[in-house]
Amino acid sequence: MSFTDEQGQFDAIIEAEEKIEPRDWMPEKYRRNLVRQISQHAHSEVVGQLPEGNWIGRAPTLRRKAILLAKVQDEAGHGLYLYSAAETLGVSREKMMNDLLVGKAKYASIFNYPTLTWADVGAIGWLVDGAAIVNQISLCRTSYGPYARAMVKICKEESFHMRQGYEIMQVLGAGSAAQKSMAQDALNRWWWPTLMMFGPHDSESAHSQQSMKWKIKRQSNDALRQKFVDQTVKQADYLGLSIPDEDLKWNEDRGNYDFGPIDWEEFTRVVNGGGLCNDSRLEARRTANDEGQWVRDALMSYTEKHVKSDVDQVA
Amino acid sequence: MLEDHLPLWEVFVRGRRGLDHKHIGSLHASDASQAMKSARDTYTRRQEGISIWVVKADDIHASQFENNASFFDPAEDKVYRHPTFYEVPEELKL
Repeated sequence: MSFTDEQGQFDAIIEAEEKIEPRDWMPEKYRRNLVRQISQHAHSEVVGQLPEGNWIGRAPTLRRKAILLAKVQDEAGHGLYLYSAAETLGVSREKMMNDLLVGKAKYASIFNYPTLTWADVGAIGWLVDGAAIVNQISLCRTSYGPYARAMVKICKEESFHMRQGYEIMQVLGAGSAAQKSMAQDALNRWWWPTLMMFGPHDSESAHSQQSMKWKIKRQSNDALRQKFVDQTVKQADYLGLSIPDEDLKWNEDRGNYDFGPIDWEEFTRVVNGGGLCNDSRLEARRTANDEGQWVRDALMSYTEKHVKSDVDQVA
Repeated sequence: MLEDHLPLWEVFVRGRRGLDHKHIGSLHASDASQAMKSARDTYTRRQEGISIWVVKADDIHASQFENNASFFDPAEDKVYRHPTFYEVPEELKL
């Protein structure tokens, strides 16, 4: 097949809203773009275990502890689904992991913020997972088959994450003055970083346009962010909490909420390593990797021994 | 640095009786029994399955998409394999 035929066939599949599958021809940049996006997404799930993991040992009740354990285990599972999808593009798991451990790969910068109180666990489930769902529902229609299928599985599981978080906020919001102010404090600290999760404005986003053309991304950063704001305002009202934005108000003409400017300097600083927890997150990943080495070694040496003894028996 | 290269396994899950095993994803494991346990923990945390197959990815041979035209060619001109090829009296509801 000539180059133009391959390109033509690829374009036709995208145009027809069909999926590109692992063994199909694809432009090298499409492949690279996907590897970057899917591996970043996978790293985010894995690093995302850390802020909440911080509270497993201190969850206020056994019920909350069991829920939080299940949620954090889900995040590990989501990371695995995504690494598995990225590997179908010919990049190895080890390469992706190493890129993360040496600080070369990026992950969602929201996880570089600390979880100071129990209310932060609620706020993460409600806001951070809520924002992730908005993004991930859109990605269920992404053009790369394995990525789309991973997203469908993740979305099914993610809804419990958001609901358990909102439930925590409801309990705190209806509690004592101290509990309510703890919930408000968590909302104050997580609101703006959550809005940053959707990435730079469309006009500033480096990869967005090409990704939209290839249908890797289906909706723009700003459209998704707006959707999240619109759906979250009444959820905050119900809790009796106020969103920390003086410019937030309903715009009758647009049929959307207007909201204030995002501090992109903070975003850039945290993405580039200047957040409160960047170093400790990577350090935790490196420690986990180092301390798990003997387990992987033992597994492989057990397997090699058994393969050898099977061969001996046959002989 | 990671240099393990634990082998890759493909995972197939039967959701319930009467359904086929369906490919659901992959994972890395040292051997089949480890792959089976990891598959359970990764892909059936919510009772999504009653049976799991794990297959070493190296053992799967796939048809090549770029050869599709010639590879699937034998089926192309055999429209008489489909019931609608035959003209029979409408009223008999054959």
